[in-house]
Amino acid sequence: MKIAQAGLSVLVFLIFIIANSAFYVVDETEQTILLEFGRPIGKTVTEAGLHMKVPFIQDVQRFEKRILEWDGDQNQIPTEDKRFILVDNFARWRIKDPLLFYQSVINETGAQSRLDDIIDGVTRDIITQSRLIEVVRTSNRIMMATGENESGVVEIKDIEQVKRGRKEIARDILKKANEIAPKYGIEIVDVQLKHINYIESVRQKVYERMISERLRIAEKFRSEGQGERARIDGQREKDLQAIESEAYRKAQEIIGKADAEAISIYAESFGRDPEFYSFVKSLDTYKKTLKDNSTLILKTDSDYLRYIKRQTR
Amino acid sequence: MAQSGRPGQFNPGDMEIPKIDKKFVYPVVGVILIIWLLLSSVYTIDADKVGVIQRFGRYTTTTGSGIHLKIPFGIEKVTKVSIKNNYKQEFGFRTQKAGVRTQYKTGNYLAESAMLTGDLNTATVEWIVQFQIKDPIKYLFKVRRIESTIRNVCEAAMRAIVGDKSVDEVITIERELISTEVAALMQTLLDEYETGIDVITVNLQDVNPPKAVQDAFNAVNEAEQEKERIINDAQKAYNKVIPLSRGQALKKISQAEGYAINRVNRAKGEATKFMAIYKEYTKAKEVTRRRMYLETMLEILPNIKDLYIIDEDQEGILPLLQLQKGKDSK
Repeated sequence: MKIAQAGLSVLVFLIFIIANSAFYVVDETEQTILLEFGRPIGKTVTEAGLHMKVPFIQDVQRFEKRILEWDGDQNQIPTEDKRFILVDNFARWRIKDPLLFYQSVINETGAQSRLDDIIDGVTRDIITQSRLIEVVRTSNRIMMATGENESGVVEIKDIEQVKRGRKEIARDILKKANEIAPKYGIEIVDVQLKHINYIESVRQKVYERMISERLRIAEKFRSEGQGERARIDGQREKDLQAIESEAYRKAQEIIGKADAEAISIYAESFGRDPEFYSFVKSLDTYKKTLKDNSTLILKTDSDYLRYIKRQTR
Repeated sequence: MAQSGRPGQFNPGDMEIPKIDKKFVYPVVGVILIIWLLLSSVYTIDADKVGVIQRFGRYTTTTGSGIHLKIPFGIEKVTKVSIKNNYKQEFGFRTQKAGVRTQYKTGNYLAESAMLTGDLNTATVEWIVQFQIKDPIKYLFKVRRIESTIRNVCEAAMRAIVGDKSVDEVITIERELISTEVAALMQTLLDEYETGIDVITVNLQDVNPPKAVQDAFNAVNEAEQEKERIINDAQKAYNKVIPLSRGQALKKISQAEGYAINRVNRAKGEATKFMAIYKEYTKAKEVTRRRMYLETMLEILPNIKDLYIIDEDQEGILPLLQLQKGKDSK
């Protein structure tokens, strides 16, 4: 039965062709819609696995189910306080509604350029309404700076306060962007400010300011050193004077006390008979003063010679 | 077999194709089929990896290391993911060749490393991030191009943290803290995106003020050193003088004390001596007095050069004396 055998082969082949067109595989990373003669008819499939469609008539259009990247270009934007900064942000997004996505932007390339418009525009809007400090800082945490006191660090005080901060600005951009994105079947998951920097001319000014700030601190250190030296020098002179005068005072006290004691000792003993004392002391003095070269004139009526003239009184 | 057709083009004698017996064809084809079947249904997973299995694209299971079976013909697909490997990303610089002396690519990565600090200054920060895949399923199925996501997230996180610190804190005071804060913030964001990535460490490498400002930063360090030096010098001058003068002061006091002892002792001695003499004197006042007087005279007079004795009635003695003096000097 050659014909029957050939017919069976053809049938098997046909079944294979039809099955191949009726079943399709959706990967975990994919979501699909069906096209009928090229026209999207929806029937979104987000579940991975084996699926069925009408063979030959319907085609599968595949889209990413994963979170996708969007990386913006650097944009020069003035802040509310009129400072020009370069802003570079990035976003993560996903295809939320594949049918709408296909109908409005067709593919990811179309989506990227649409996202450029949406996110860049919203970012510009929000940053021009914010002060620079809001874009840079997240909170009002107290910051410390080097060396303007003994411990080497000091609180920075004269700094603008942040009302919203970087995190909230990013959140605002996300919120605003997500008001527009859904009409392209897109959901933006997150927007982050990646780079924020001064434009070149401002950067030079900032460097100049930083340099002057540093030199100010350096000068402070130097003058602190000199001040400390003056203090130590002063202390040295003071201590020197104090030590010397203290010693002088003590010495004088000791001497005075000793002299006084000597006087009182003398007075107590010699006071018994002042006349006798002056007699003794005079004799003593004679011994010491009347020496080799002295000339002494004695009258004959002196005590010593009174017997020279008369034998009796 | 194919020798029929045009005999002019083929010379049957040149091509001797070995006759294959028809009964061998089926077993050979069968063996090839079996080998193919085995190859597409057996797979091995290395020790540091896991295999993620998808049947008709749908995730079914994860297998560990070893030899496993799967349904062949593309029905089940295995993706091997390394879960023990540490991946590294560099920011602000690139290693060209790691080694004892690591070489770095020269190039400008300032766009990655330059950032604004909370006091609106700028700093350049270079750092690395190490991460692992902790959840292979999320890693494969949730986010496309994870590397670029990690890089972007890391740059944003670093700037968010640095943006809330002063330039001094970034460069010196809180340098250590930044790594942990960035790692934590990164992890939060990566978890939000369901990347399945585990941040192991964030390591700060060079953290510097911008090049144009570095000299000024160094000047601060120099000034700090100079301050120390000046203070030390002053302290030295102090130490040179004060202990010496303390010693000298003690010396003066001791000298005064010595004087005092001397003075009092002398006084006491003299007083005692006087009292002793006085005690005896009171016993026979007149005689003692006279004796003392005469004894003194006895002692003095032999030493006297010229002794004149004048009678009280005599007048005009002085000219005589003068005369005597003039004679002596001649």
